Amino acid sequence: MAPVLEIRDLHVTFRTRDGIVQAVDGVSLDLARGGTLGIVGESGSGKSVTGLTVMGLTRLPNATISGEVLLDGEDLLRLHDDRLREIRGKRIAMIFQDPLSSLHPLYKVGWQIEEAIRAHEHVSPHAARARAIEALRSVEIPSPAEFVDRYPHELSGGMRQRAMIAMALVLGPDVLIADEPTTALDVTVQAQILELIASLQREFHTAVLLITHDLGVIAETADEVAVMYAGRVVEQGPLETILDGPEHPYTWGLLRSIPRLDVPRTARLRPIEGSPPSLIHPPSGCHFHPRCPYVMPMCRSMDPELLPSDADHLVACHLSPTEKRRIWRGLQLEEAAAS
Amino acid sequence: MTRYLVRRLLWALAMLVAVSALTFLIFYTFPSADPAALRAGRQATPALIAQIRHQLGLDQPVYVQFGTYMKDLVLHGDLGYSYQNNVSVRSEIFSRLPATISLTVGAVVIWLAIGIPVGVISAVRPRSKLDRAVMGASLVGISAPVYFLGLIALFLFASDIGRVHLFGGAGSYVPLTQNPRQWFSSLVLPWFVLAAAFAAFYARMVRGNLIEVLGEDYIRTARAKGLSERRVVFRHGLRAALTPVVTLAGLDIGILLGGAVLTETVFNIPGVGRFAYDAIINSDLPAIQGTVLFGAVFIIVANLIVDILYAFLDPRVRY
Repeated sequence: MAPVLEIRDLHVTFRTRDGIVQAVDGVSLDLARGGTLGIVGESGSGKSVTGLTVMGLTRLPNATISGEVLLDGEDLLRLHDDRLREIRGKRIAMIFQDPLSSLHPLYKVGWQIEEAIRAHEHVSPHAARARAIEALRSVEIPSPAEFVDRYPHELSGGMRQRAMIAMALVLGPDVLIADEPTTALDVTVQAQILELIASLQREFHTAVLLITHDLGVIAETADEVAVMYAGRVVEQGPLETILDGPEHPYTWGLLRSIPRLDVPRTARLRPIEGSPPSLIHPPSGCHFHPRCPYVMPMCRSMDPELLPSDADHLVACHLSPTEKRRIWRGLQLEEAAAS
Repeated sequence: MTRYLVRRLLWALAMLVAVSALTFLIFYTFPSADPAALRAGRQATPALIAQIRHQLGLDQPVYVQFGTYMKDLVLHGDLGYSYQNNVSVRSEIFSRLPATISLTVGAVVIWLAIGIPVGVISAVRPRSKLDRAVMGASLVGISAPVYFLGLIALFLFASDIGRVHLFGGAGSYVPLTQNPRQWFSSLVLPWFVLAAAFAAFYARMVRGNLIEVLGEDYIRTARAKGLSERRVVFRHGLRAALTPVVTLAGLDIGILLGGAVLTETVFNIPGVGRFAYDAIINSDLPAIQGTVLFGAVFIIVANLIVDILYAFLDPRVRY
């Protein structure tokens, strides 16, 4: 089955006072109909810009965008603003990290949902309200008929994010882009929200593009994973492959830096050394080489291509396949010894 | 809410007493002409001056004068009589109020009608040529004093001394009820002159607020919903950006209703501001007191209305 959303060789640059920021640098991704693609990476890896660009929200005077974003074969990047607006919110919806700042503080929650409906469909105010209430019911908000008259500041973080999800899904979009949907929430609420997204996804057959820095979130929800670093996809594959047999040193670092409960509390956290690179003057060759423990001379000069290492597993790294397997096995043994 | 209102009103009363006391204090502490001598005229004998001083109660200690004044004010709502011409200060202020209200209301309409759209246009295309031009012009508007702008306006457009005889000049004000056409013509120049600085300031403020609001997450949400850019800017952006503007407008209206002293003086409009100006020139304490208190009442009431209005404009505000 053809993917509902295809991103082909997407480049996004922003002109800023300090120079040209290469935020997204040749990203290609497929999102299967009804599937969940997790994009994981540090801040500044280009994951959010990728999501915003799909929505057309990076169409700014200082932005240059190239490539293709195909929704059922139609290239969104070539669409006129007005045409794109019809798709935005209706066929692709988005939820964001901080539900308090993402809801308008001066309007009631119900009004904001009704507005999303009326932006795309000619319905009576009464019908819009009924659908807003129905949407709130579907995100398991108790007594939604009263909830519509509440202001965002009167709600808890979890309730606000539920309202955002209701607003995003009220028109039954094909694609939901969730940009760090649980990052601002309490841990217990995080799990509820992820479960809610998953169950609504099954019900409405919505494909989800889940953007997060948290591999734990990815592990719980995604079927496919793309690891991004400095504006590029460095590794991509099915969830199990990425978790069980990752082949990129950056992915190893991400997996090993997750705090664990099954090791002694005295064990030190293992961060990836260094900080994310500048996107104005990215490092030569492989962008990860300055932080890579396994760096080789060729990494500094030659850019590794994203190549298949397995049927559906793509990796951008100069290390040989045997080398990668050897190192990953070593890391796993070390891990086992620690716990 | 009721508790809040009662507390605010009590504070307002205390404030008015303090304002009266302060005005008395300033009048007697700082050098000013002797009101009795002024009243007595050019060829006054010391005996005449002494007699007038006694009549006006100026020979009594300051605190006794203040006590008398407050007693009349509280018991009878009486603001006393002008030292200069013996008219009741209260009725004088009330008779001049329509002129001041006419001036203020017209100016408010003009400055909001110019300031808000200009601010929006600038905010939507920040750092564009249009934005730079408009903001540069607004700086001129803010910086130019009313008496300077006023004279320029008169020299250019007044029907008596102007290059182009378009509108009524200084001193041409008549009440609305008497001759609406002349009322309007006489007020056009003062309206624009008074509104100029405010329009410029409000444009800059709307621009600043709106640019900030348009960077908010909820604006991104509004765009993500697929709303038109117009709706995003007006319903979501401007709605949030205007709340502080409403607050400021309320206060400015309150201040101006207390008398737009400079504008009324330049255009010789017989309003409360002009009365205050004359009172100060003539060391006319009751008139000074009256106009100051009047201005204070307007400012306090405007403050209160703005604070109450705020709770309606922003659901997060509760009293």
